[in-house]
Amino acid sequence: MKLALLEELNRARAGKRQVCLLRLLDQGAEALVVEGELRLGGPLPEELIAAARRALREDRCQLLETSAGRIFLQVFNPPLRLVLVGAVHIAQALAPMAALAGYAVTVVDPRRAFATDSRFPDIALVSDWPDEALESLAPDRRTAVVTLSHDPKLDDPALIVALRSEAFYIAALGSRRTHAKRLERLREAGFTEAELARIHGPAGLDIGAVSPAEIAISVLAQMTAVLRRGTARIPSVGGEQAS
Amino acid sequence: MIEDSRLLDVAEAWRREGRRVAIATVVSTWGSSPRPAGSLLVVDERGEMLGSVSGGCIEGAVIREAMEVMRGAPPRLLEFGVSDEQAWEVGLACGGRVQVYVEAVE
Repeated sequence: MKLALLEELNRARAGKRQVCLLRLLDQGAEALVVEGELRLGGPLPEELIAAARRALREDRCQLLETSAGRIFLQVFNPPLRLVLVGAVHIAQALAPMAALAGYAVTVVDPRRAFATDSRFPDIALVSDWPDEALESLAPDRRTAVVTLSHDPKLDDPALIVALRSEAFYIAALGSRRTHAKRLERLREAGFTEAELARIHGPAGLDIGAVSPAEIAISVLAQMTAVLRRGTARIPSVGGEQAS
Repeated sequence: MIEDSRLLDVAEAWRREGRRVAIATVVSTWGSSPRPAGSLLVVDERGEMLGSVSGGCIEGAVIREAMEVMRGAPPRLLEFGVSDEQAWEVGLACGGRVQVYVEAVE
């Protein structure tokens, strides 16, 4: 491997870019795909760059057999993070579930009675006001932001910062009616329809969730679909469309 | 334990210090193998190493190959198979197989 390529790879990783290192094993050559585009090495056929993008999305290293020989795709994704706003009952279920799924979870709630270590063992807690907390957490393309408090004073400032970030998943808990009012307030704050469409609201997939744990599953499932498939519109595992 | 991707920072730092450096990467595994594809081992010409490509059973062989690659041999793809009897000893419980790519930082 050329030192220049290694340096570029490390720089991209330090900048929290999504990087795929392609090693052409039978040619002793390598190439770098950063944020879906060929950065160094190559030229590479378009289908190989597409394979690198897929590997990044799936977050999985893989060995390909191609007409150019064996090629190893090594994926370097920034860590997954989840920011929950509102240290409420659903957060108590969602935080440990998301941690199991590989997310570094932070719960934000300025109300000290809610954000306690006994309610959230082993989860990072932040008691700053949500907009300040979100600004210092600086959501990137591997960050999900979910508001759970139902209180516009807490949820709205967090959503405003999230919408200005590259967060891959933004969701807000609350009924359709609550969500419609929320969108109205954010419109008045100057956000366009296209920007507001990034908010999944009400949060979660429609799986008939009732209990806090079930709602947490529905939100985590939707977050996973957006992360892995780039869409929350998904058929059931069996293949037929959910009715 | 040092995170795998951090090992590439180490490789860069060592190379900048003027040391010869090789990187070994697990590129495929069959059966049960202790380290997944993408696992890294970084080694310099004196044999100082960080990271791992197995539970320890193939590191010696990988480092020997890495020494040759650091001395100018082309990158190479190594394959290690472990029979069922050996497997138990080295912790590859169902006779794992692993392919490791070894290259120098030039």
